[in-house]
Amino acid sequence: MKEMNTTIGKPVSRLEGFEKVTGAAKYAADHHVPGLLYGYVVNSTITKGRITKIYTREVSALPGIIEILTHENRMPTAWFDIQYADMDAPSGTVFKPLHDDKIRYNGQPIALVIAESYEQARLGAAKLRVEYDEDTQHATELKGNLERARPPKPGMAFLLKPPPPKPTGDFEKAYEEAAFRAKGEYGHSAEFHNPMELFASTVLYEGKGKLAIYSKTQGTINDQTFVANVFGLKYKNVKVIAPYVGGAFGSGLRPQYQLYLAVMAALQLQRHVRVVLDRSQMFTFGHRPQTLMQMRISADGDGKVTGLNHEGYGETSAYEDYSEILVKWAPMLYPAANTLLKYNLVPLDVATPLDMRAPGGSTAFHAIECTMDQLAYQLNMDPLGLRIKNYSEADPLENKPFTSKELKACYLQGAAKFGWYGRKPEPRSMRRGNKLVGYGMATGMWDAMQMPARVEAKITPDGKLHIKSAITDIGTGTFTVMTQIAAEQFGMAMEDVIFDYGNSKLPFAPIQGGSFSTSTVGVGVVNASKALKKMLLKLAKKVSAEFKNAEVGTVTFVGGEIIYNGHALSFIKLVAANGDKPIHTKNMGYPHALKLRKYAMATHSAAFVEVEVDEDLGVATVTRALTAVAAGRIINPKTARSQILGGMVWGISKALREEALLDPAIGKYVNQNLAEYHLPVHADIKGLDVIFVEEQDQLINELGTKGVGEIGVVAITPAIANAVYHATGKRINDLPIHFDKLL
Amino acid sequence: MNDFEYRLAATTTEAQQQFSSSRRSSYVAGGTNLIDLLKYNLADADLLVDINQTQATSIEELAGGGVRISALMTNADTAYHPLIEKRYPLLSKAILAGASAQIRNMATNGGNLLQRTRCYYFYDAASPCNKRNPGSGCPALTGQNRMMAILGASGHCIAVFPSDMCVALAALEAVILTNGPAGERMVKFGDFHRLPGEHPELDNILQPGEIITAIELPGEGFAANYSYLKIRDRSSYAFALVSVATAFELENGIIKKARIALGGVAHKPWRVNEAEGNLIGKAVNKDTLGAAADMILKGAIGLEHNSFKIELAKRAIIRNGLTALKPELQLPGAQPADTSML
Repeated sequence: MKEMNTTIGKPVSRLEGFEKVTGAAKYAADHHVPGLLYGYVVNSTITKGRITKIYTREVSALPGIIEILTHENRMPTAWFDIQYADMDAPSGTVFKPLHDDKIRYNGQPIALVIAESYEQARLGAAKLRVEYDEDTQHATELKGNLERARPPKPGMAFLLKPPPPKPTGDFEKAYEEAAFRAKGEYGHSAEFHNPMELFASTVLYEGKGKLAIYSKTQGTINDQTFVANVFGLKYKNVKVIAPYVGGAFGSGLRPQYQLYLAVMAALQLQRHVRVVLDRSQMFTFGHRPQTLMQMRISADGDGKVTGLNHEGYGETSAYEDYSEILVKWAPMLYPAANTLLKYNLVPLDVATPLDMRAPGGSTAFHAIECTMDQLAYQLNMDPLGLRIKNYSEADPLENKPFTSKELKACYLQGAAKFGWYGRKPEPRSMRRGNKLVGYGMATGMWDAMQMPARVEAKITPDGKLHIKSAITDIGTGTFTVMTQIAAEQFGMAMEDVIFDYGNSKLPFAPIQGGSFSTSTVGVGVVNASKALKKMLLKLAKKVSAEFKNAEVGTVTFVGGEIIYNGHALSFIKLVAANGDKPIHTKNMGYPHALKLRKYAMATHSAAFVEVEVDEDLGVATVTRALTAVAAGRIINPKTARSQILGGMVWGISKALREEALLDPAIGKYVNQNLAEYHLPVHADIKGLDVIFVEEQDQLINELGTKGVGEIGVVAITPAIANAVYHATGKRINDLPIHFDKLL
Repeated sequence: MNDFEYRLAATTTEAQQQFSSSRRSSYVAGGTNLIDLLKYNLADADLLVDINQTQATSIEELAGGGVRISALMTNADTAYHPLIEKRYPLLSKAILAGASAQIRNMATNGGNLLQRTRCYYFYDAASPCNKRNPGSGCPALTGQNRMMAILGASGHCIAVFPSDMCVALAALEAVILTNGPAGERMVKFGDFHRLPGEHPELDNILQPGEIITAIELPGEGFAANYSYLKIRDRSSYAFALVSVATAFELENGIIKKARIALGGVAHKPWRVNEAEGNLIGKAVNKDTLGAAADMILKGAIGLEHNSFKIELAKRAIIRNGLTALKPELQLPGAQPADTSML
């Protein structure tokens, strides 16, 4: 018998890599059709108030201008607020572009200029004169408006993002009486989504009420239902296509305004329309919220944590309550008898914040792990030793075992490979020339989630296996990974498996976020494969007497054949026997919610970082960094490693580079371009290393996977801040740590 | 961005004939700054006169020992030219600390001198800005001013001039050759760029229709003792918050000539002759450099977000002065060198 093809666990290169690097891959703005019109968005230049007049006549007279859509001439849209709620909508009232004359935030879209060319539309947009009745009493800065803080409003969003757990014990008393105490206040400015691909929608008008939309999104069905609901179209008449997505990181979890406006223009003009946002417009919608956190940790004389207090303030808009899971993490990681967790929102005159890679978690662990680091110095303990001292196999918060938790292996393997034990404990004790050298470490956690998804599996007359799902591949490797999972199920070569995805007409998949896509769609692939195998066996029994006694457990599937007792039947023959009709099935994959209620589920990581800080000039450089990850079974170590590397680069950016500069007098971020919003460049990134520790999880799902999209960003930022402290003796809790803070 | 007419000129004279003061004319060479400004509606032109073919791009050696660099040569070709690398390595290092490889491949030397500020408010068409729209105001004074000037600013404008190349040119005492309606001119580098004063809309002394044709460098290139240092918010492709070009002529370790120019601190590269003169006859060390730094930064004014530049500039002057003793210590991207062994 042939050896089973085990594609799972192999570092397979991205199947669409060639198309992507050669430019053959067509993204949302790359689809050209004759007669296409171009829309360019006009954004509000005030922060709060009302539009009193839009001078459209002058612009309409410019060459090539077809139409200027504003709140005064737009088509009617859905009546009820609920019809605008997308799959990721928080509690509140969804913002509706061009709905009325009200300005809710600086940069709000207020008009769409549509022309025969992009340049004409852009010129028209630049020339469009708008008069406002400005309300200068606006508030955009979190720190200056904490008196507005209040708990998030209850709503459907509580299902996924519940409020913090109730206090346990008596934190204040424990803190007061503790042998050791550490505390800190941590500030984060907003972070703006800047995936390489800009937001774009190309809407093809295919007859009355019928649209095909190429769009940048993390959810084809999310966009499809949104468009149908808002514009009163039939679901079947709206098709959203997104096979290539040039990075999204949460920005595409909600339909953004370019989609809304492009659809509106297409329907109103009955023409094909494309709307692309420019780079500065990437700063005019959802972003990672400004956050302020206070963290206090108390410990006994041995370093056992006795109390945890994590309080957070997050920014939200005046119209929606965007919330994050910010303060639940510390007690999930460190057992403490006394916990006090608070989370409040501060509504401001800003666009509603939006999930961004490890929302909440990547912010929270900065506070948790930097305060733990402080505590370690007070205890005169190795920071890693303090973590191990407070290690918990179970989730102390809910007193549940984890389905698997190999964090200790992350700590130990990571420390060994990094060379952690060569660290001198005192701050400012290591140097290279005029550079101070520091080592820092931190822990990371992220949810291991799974959602329901439907998958179709099909064998065609050529014997090939087709797998279908509406899921996108936002650059994470979903296309490749799903092909691997399906190939493994049937022992087939990956070339014989066709994964059809990124299209709303395909079987249901949720939005691609939360690191849950591999588990969600992967389990769907497994279940559909199981069902398809049964159908193939049934056919085999009809076709060949040799298979009479065959059972699901006694047949094998290898290389496009079903094999029993030394007899093989090819899929081609089976489909032929089926009258050349493809053999297909659609099945759900879903989490085993009932069984899993007794367990906690999470991915874990430990990051180790070395920094050099110029003694006189403060310039800090991450010279090497290692992240050890426990994320269950790794389907593809190559694409998974890329996910972690990308997260680490992001963490370096958060810690040392990117800073959105808000001018509260205007209510606007002033560095809305990539020259002044400093994402890292190649020269900033060196010496990155990733370890996936062995983590077997028989409980979590059929595949044993936990997802790797977000865990890579969580631990790296606090590890850098801790390394900077070790190097310099300076605790900088407001990110980013620019050199001037270290002068 | 307006539709504009494009004309290709064969000679400087033809370019000047095509340039029309009655229209919104602009010369274009590399276009790396101008085209951005047009796209973001920060500049306005209905006629672009392409001057790329008006002269050969070359570097000529001059009788007096200096060189004449074509204004139309690209930044990259200039930085990597053997004459520049050998005799004016300070210029080479400064150019290579600027922008990105792609931009340096397109940008010309003349254009580098004429690039506009990167002030956030200048770059936002919706914002008031005295430089873009005289008399409209300056939100940077009380707003986000991390990148803004600490020296030579006015109540009308605190923008800084972003070039790296020009910091080296200031230190090397280049001379700018221009050709305008009033004929040819030779302008000392220090006189080329203006301080904002009452008229921040004017970056330099170039008259309408006037073209920069060449940059001349004197014979003294300070190739033995020089250094360029650039401090910024990321390791590459970011404008200087503070940069320093330093050059010494030394004899037995004693300074015979000193040049120190700062970038990222003012509306033009900043030099203080008194500070340089004071170094003559002294050794290069932390104390002498520190004294020079204090003189250079005299009168510096910090605002809410940029006060750090004053101390940073002083420390950068010291570090870069030490590095000039051993130029081979310089790092790619003009990052801070390790001078601890000196």
